[in-house]
Amino acid sequence: MTKEDIRTAFIEELLDIAPDIDPDTLGEDDHLQDDLELDSMDVLNLVTALHRRLNVDIPETDYPQIATLALAVSYLTARVT
Amino acid sequence: MTNRAIDYDADPWAEARAMLDMPGGMLNIAYEAVDRHVMHGHGDETAMLWLGKGGDRQELSYADMARQSSRFANVLAAHGLASGDSVFALLGRVPELYIAALGTLKAGMVFTPLFSAFGPDPIRTRMEIGAAKVLVTTPDLYKRKIAAWRDEIGTLKLVLVIGVIDEDADEGCVALGPVMATASPDFDTAPTRPEDPALIHFTSGTTGRPKGAVHVHEAVLYHAFSGQCALDLTPETTYWCTADPGWVTGTSYGIIAPLVQRVKMIVDEAEFDLERWYSTIEREKIEVWYSAPTAIRMMMRSGADVAKPYDFSSLRFLASVGEPLNPEAVVWSENVFGQSFHDNWWQTETGGIMIANLPGMTVKPGSMGKPMPGIEAGIVEREGNTLKELGTGEIGELALRPGWPSMMRAYLNEQARYDKCFVDGWYLSGDLATRDEDGYFWFVGRADDLIKTSGHLVGPFEVESVLIEHPAVAEAGVIGLPDETAGEIVKAYVTLNPGFTADVALERALRGHARKRLGPAVSPRVVVFRENLPKTRSGKIMRRLLKARELGLPEGDISTLETDEK
Repeated sequence: MTKEDIRTAFIEELLDIAPDIDPDTLGEDDHLQDDLELDSMDVLNLVTALHRRLNVDIPETDYPQIATLALAVSYLTARVT
Repeated sequence: MTNRAIDYDADPWAEARAMLDMPGGMLNIAYEAVDRHVMHGHGDETAMLWLGKGGDRQELSYADMARQSSRFANVLAAHGLASGDSVFALLGRVPELYIAALGTLKAGMVFTPLFSAFGPDPIRTRMEIGAAKVLVTTPDLYKRKIAAWRDEIGTLKLVLVIGVIDEDADEGCVALGPVMATASPDFDTAPTRPEDPALIHFTSGTTGRPKGAVHVHEAVLYHAFSGQCALDLTPETTYWCTADPGWVTGTSYGIIAPLVQRVKMIVDEAEFDLERWYSTIEREKIEVWYSAPTAIRMMMRSGADVAKPYDFSSLRFLASVGEPLNPEAVVWSENVFGQSFHDNWWQTETGGIMIANLPGMTVKPGSMGKPMPGIEAGIVEREGNTLKELGTGEIGELALRPGWPSMMRAYLNEQARYDKCFVDGWYLSGDLATRDEDGYFWFVGRADDLIKTSGHLVGPFEVESVLIEHPAVAEAGVIGLPDETAGEIVKAYVTLNPGFTADVALERALRGHARKRLGPAVSPRVVVFRENLPKTRSGKIMRRLLKARELGLPEGDISTLETDEK
């Protein structure tokens, strides 16, 4: 799976959980909670969706590492084989 | 505390009264929370340690809080505002929120904190009902959620924005920082009386608009008393209440009770973050911690191993509120923190903790505990216009004998809805519960259609109203679906107008529409399509039936069902 595939997967799952986000204005460094207004339940749902789609476990302690699109893509790329 | 002769028969709240100063019969929450501590020589003690999202720290002493809140009161007065005027705050957990709350009360005005993650609709409805004269917010929240309709709130005279200088404030807004800097740090506290309104907290109804529960300055008696009795708050205790002041817990026990009891209050601006929370407890040596089941269950998900490296030995008392704490969470907390979370129960209307597992009491995991001293609770059943008290083990509505100081005094402009809460000398909570042979109360469910999600009460009507404003939606029914982390999540059933197709894209569009208007905490996490919703002859959607079917429960009395679900 390429970095671009992972990026696409992350954005798709994010938009499914928070369809109020406009994909055209989604910034690399937008913070899921501070800028995109996800709440804790949204973040949990996103983690569950990513697990299902990419078969990657994201422990609670790593949530800060998926807090933005840029962070998440590099974190997931390193973990998805 | 000074020793005074206390006549409990004449005044059951004499003990609470003795915790306060009440100079000359004046009773003002802000005075009791900060100014009197300065007068008694405690001005240098830390009132609030604020932890910013980005790692910055700000410490405010009681003297700082007194001066800053006086400046804020002077700003309000300088803008021609008067006693009784309504001041709203739409802010995250930043120092200005706490200053604004105290300054408003000091000025004799009425304070309403709103949850900053609300979307524009809930904000606007609440500002309309509360006849907001002042709003304190950030430039960003103002632009995104307020600016578009600000002019339509006729009562609104002043919008104060934090964190900017004059030139950068939006048109029609006043930058708070500069006016605070030039305002006097002295203010003569408004001589409020016990029955003067102080706070309005909104709560959801099953039908109609949200209700503004009015609390008066006398509530501080109960905050002082229950803070000590139920949360073990004593002077200089290091205390962390994780609730946001936008919900009643975050005001009663996140501002008032701790300050009145002269504790060192920790305020964390950030949302739940496992390692941040654990390290905050360790680093700040938190002694008393008041949190919520959703957060505790999120900690549980990560397992006990993550908690192992941390030193939690400073913790002395743990309490939880918002929804029933499941027995597993109580047992887990014993393993991880070395002690149980003590569940307690209360509501926006009650203003303070009513039923609790008090410090030192044997915790029965899953139970909300026993009624507080001075509080009479019962399990009742309606029989026409009277109530029948039920016995041990029977399920009925949880009711309280009115008369404690922090009880709401009104629903703003809604006398009829207020009156409906009181029957036969009892206040009816709307919660179903049962009492066991040892006098412990156990939550069973809601008696109505209200949804409890992540500890917040959500009114289905408010959600349905927004859904049917979408052009595709003909009808909507909203229920709470059990969820292991959030307690319940909001689920919506909709029927569509002709010309629209029930598909994934539309499901997303509806959720997106709701999130934009309501914010994530209140919006449905799931939307499903139906050809018909179950309705009564008068056209009322039977949410109860939707829920029973969802859960595979008996459908109960369906004699009023006219049109069934398809």
